[in-house]
Amino acid sequence: MFEYAEAAVEAALGAGARYADARVMDRRHESMNARNGEIEGLTQEGSEGLGVRALIGSGWGFFATADLSTDAARAAGARAASIARASASVPGKDLELTPVEVRQDSWQNAVGEDPLSVPLAEKGDLLVGVTRTMREHGADVALAGYDVWDTTKWLASSEGHRIDQRIRECGARMESTVNGETESQRRSYPGIRGQYGTRGWELVRELDLPGNAARIAEEARELLTAPECESRDATDLIIGSEQMALQIHESVGHAVELDRILGWEAAFAGTSWLDLSQIGDLRFGSELMNITADATLPGALGSFGYDDEGTPAHPVDIVKDGIWVGVLSGRDSAALAGLDSSGGAVRGDGYNRLPMVRMTNVGLLPGTSSLDEMIAATDDGILIDTNRSWSIDDKRLNFQFGCEIGWEIKNGRRGRMIKNPTYTGIGPKFWQSLDMLGNRSEWTFWGTPNCGKGQPGQIGHTGHPSVPCRFRGVRVGVRG
Amino acid sequence: MTADELLTTCERVLALVGTDAEAEVTVGAGTEALTRFATSFIHQNVADDARAVHLRVALDGRVAEATDNRTDDEALSRLVRSTMEAAALQPVDPGWPGLAPPAPTPSVDHWDDDTAAAEPDARAERVAAFVRAANGLEAAGFCSTEGVSTAFANSAGQRAMGRTTSAMLDGIARTGTSDGADRAASRRLADLDGAAVGAEATRRARDSAAATDLEPGRYEVVLSPSCVVNVLSFLAIYGFNGRAVEEGRSFARLGEGQFDASVTIADDVTHPMAVGIAFDAEGTPKRRLELVREGVTSSLVHDRRTAKALGAESTGNAVAGAGPLGALPANLVLEPGATPPDKLVAGMERGLLVTDFWYTRILDPRTMVVTGLTRNGVWLVEDGRVARPVTNLRFTQSYLEALGPAQVRGIGSDQTLVGGATFGFGAYVVPSLHLGSWNFTGGAKG
Repeated sequence: MFEYAEAAVEAALGAGARYADARVMDRRHESMNARNGEIEGLTQEGSEGLGVRALIGSGWGFFATADLSTDAARAAGARAASIARASASVPGKDLELTPVEVRQDSWQNAVGEDPLSVPLAEKGDLLVGVTRTMREHGADVALAGYDVWDTTKWLASSEGHRIDQRIRECGARMESTVNGETESQRRSYPGIRGQYGTRGWELVRELDLPGNAARIAEEARELLTAPECESRDATDLIIGSEQMALQIHESVGHAVELDRILGWEAAFAGTSWLDLSQIGDLRFGSELMNITADATLPGALGSFGYDDEGTPAHPVDIVKDGIWVGVLSGRDSAALAGLDSSGGAVRGDGYNRLPMVRMTNVGLLPGTSSLDEMIAATDDGILIDTNRSWSIDDKRLNFQFGCEIGWEIKNGRRGRMIKNPTYTGIGPKFWQSLDMLGNRSEWTFWGTPNCGKGQPGQIGHTGHPSVPCRFRGVRVGVRG
Repeated sequence: MTADELLTTCERVLALVGTDAEAEVTVGAGTEALTRFATSFIHQNVADDARAVHLRVALDGRVAEATDNRTDDEALSRLVRSTMEAAALQPVDPGWPGLAPPAPTPSVDHWDDDTAAAEPDARAERVAAFVRAANGLEAAGFCSTEGVSTAFANSAGQRAMGRTTSAMLDGIARTGTSDGADRAASRRLADLDGAAVGAEATRRARDSAAATDLEPGRYEVVLSPSCVVNVLSFLAIYGFNGRAVEEGRSFARLGEGQFDASVTIADDVTHPMAVGIAFDAEGTPKRRLELVREGVTSSLVHDRRTAKALGAESTGNAVAGAGPLGALPANLVLEPGATPPDKLVAGMERGLLVTDFWYTRILDPRTMVVTGLTRNGVWLVEDGRVARPVTNLRFTQSYLEALGPAQVRGIGSDQTLVGGATFGFGAYVVPSLHLGSWNFTGGAKG
């Protein structure tokens, strides 16, 4: 496949580009859904094609084609350059690219059990079984599903990169919904989006969906009669690791995307409250807060060998001892920001999408507390987990999140279950109230398979190492 | 691919399936292009010659579907073989509703040759005009063009062919302390005036500079069309959706006056401003469907599965790959009123004029409580006049109650096509709205 990528790059250079790269990508996706004990859909998707990126002046041009032939690749390269030339008609400062070592390499993630080789009947039996169990234990609507992705890509650049990668990912999810007279309640497992990773089917087996199906159905029904989360202007809040993954994703991950900070996403996804002049000095959170973006974590959903610009995966410090120290970047954004090198965080969603800054595995390094210790140390507060709703402003500052379930904590003990828990805050003020951090035994690499960004829209797969955390003085119980 | 090639590809796939299974095939092809600008220059500019073949088969009630973007003989044979093999391994699907019967589709051709063939220079011209109109303010946004043709065929004898173009220009101007937005959409790129859109975004940005905080609480609001589309999108996904009703998650109760008597909402691909094609992913023809008539919930949207489950007929709203989400309307139209938008503002005693909503998420589908924020310009209106810009606010509001009986103070006479509805699926035609109460629960600063 390299020959097509090389042909596209050569054609783009021949048409006037000063830099070009091309990715040939072959992606397989399989998903199955079950509802109330019946398989409701099995979908297998395949796509194959080439996307080429050309740089002229201040603007990129990108063209994608599903035709894999040398002629089509050359035509695509020329079209990309032509589009880049149109970009230059509304010019900015010439874009530069930070240097990166030119590599010829091959990489693939470790997979124990190839997820596409597991028999469909076995996968279907799993989903049918757990949805039946949930129904038997009180769910009005029981859903379960899995996804598998198998992606191979070949990158060639005008600087000499020749890198092929095969990345296999999979994961699963299930949820129980119960309907009361005036409301519906839901419990999901292992989280609202399930759990995903760059692993084989062993990940799904380890989730033990059958062992959790009855519990979540019963909890959903119990929520119908549980008391509402009380409205309080300030309380101690313990957040489970699944919801913490969402908290990190929304209020840290997106906020430190360099393209947002530079204003490249201003009209759509938004900007960031962070100002580059403050990097290295700004207090983002308490001293317990250490966040890294690390695409080398084995099995995490945001892991790879190289990003889509050929930058090798490597860990990047984002917040160190509570101080903001790093960003998620690519070669062009890093150069514009005056950084020495790319953070290796550029990926495209399929052959036909322009690679852009995406989260890798952005997450918390673990601390020293267990969840039980956090509860025992809390006189009056609440414990919540499993994301239900999420909303945050265009600067990634003001958030309001809701969870599926919560529990009162009184005098160091977990008390009554509560429903509809919500909390709201301002990013840095909230993170500075972090005073207890889960330990390594609670460290989970949550995977988010549906991070939306860009125009045309792209879906990113991101990872979020996370632990339970305690925050002080948080406003909870916001209602309409 | 030409129309003939699309239909021929459908027939090739059906021939490969043979007579042992029920089968439906959709083949789509076209060009999607988008020019993005930020910090007043074009920084991303993309185009994609896209195509896809979607096949769904039912083998004695055992169902599987697959999509691929290759159309050579070998690839189509592989697609059919793997889909048939997958179906054979499935249990019988008791909810399988069978294929759409042959039926004519409405005569709709929302197509413009120039838009389908638009070169990047044509989009760049509009971006340049927007940037010039910003007159020194930083500008950001996009201009897109799209032309897609779709053919459908099933083994029950249904055949359908459709094509649609669309063009959008959407941008903000930025003062450093405030943003202002404006947008335009049409099936014709020629309808998009970059200078006019840029000038309105710039006016809003300048008029919302030096915004000050406002105490949260309940306020009257005049919502711009983009906010109205957001409200309708939630009602569509969580309310009028046959799947949500079947599962007991929806507020919708047919025959009840759940909305203000001034509200009439229809799904109507035949509307003169609409974009899209006249049949759905299952080949069922679309028709004008009134979901709310003069405040009374009157219909739901269905695909064939939910129609079967609820004893109804498909309304032509099946969406490929929607999965558990169910059927969705792609062409909602909120009937306009007689009041020009500026008169809606003049009729507000004390309330807020809102340009855009942002990051809206459902908290409770049964009561339709949604949280989100304002964006790109909010102004306090007192005694019918804009008094001052205010900083962004968070709201936590039931969209159903907001449009409920006696809650709608006025409906604008304006009609605006807004693309990207229902989280990116469809384009709605809506007016501005004056509502009696909106619950703002916090300032953007906390």
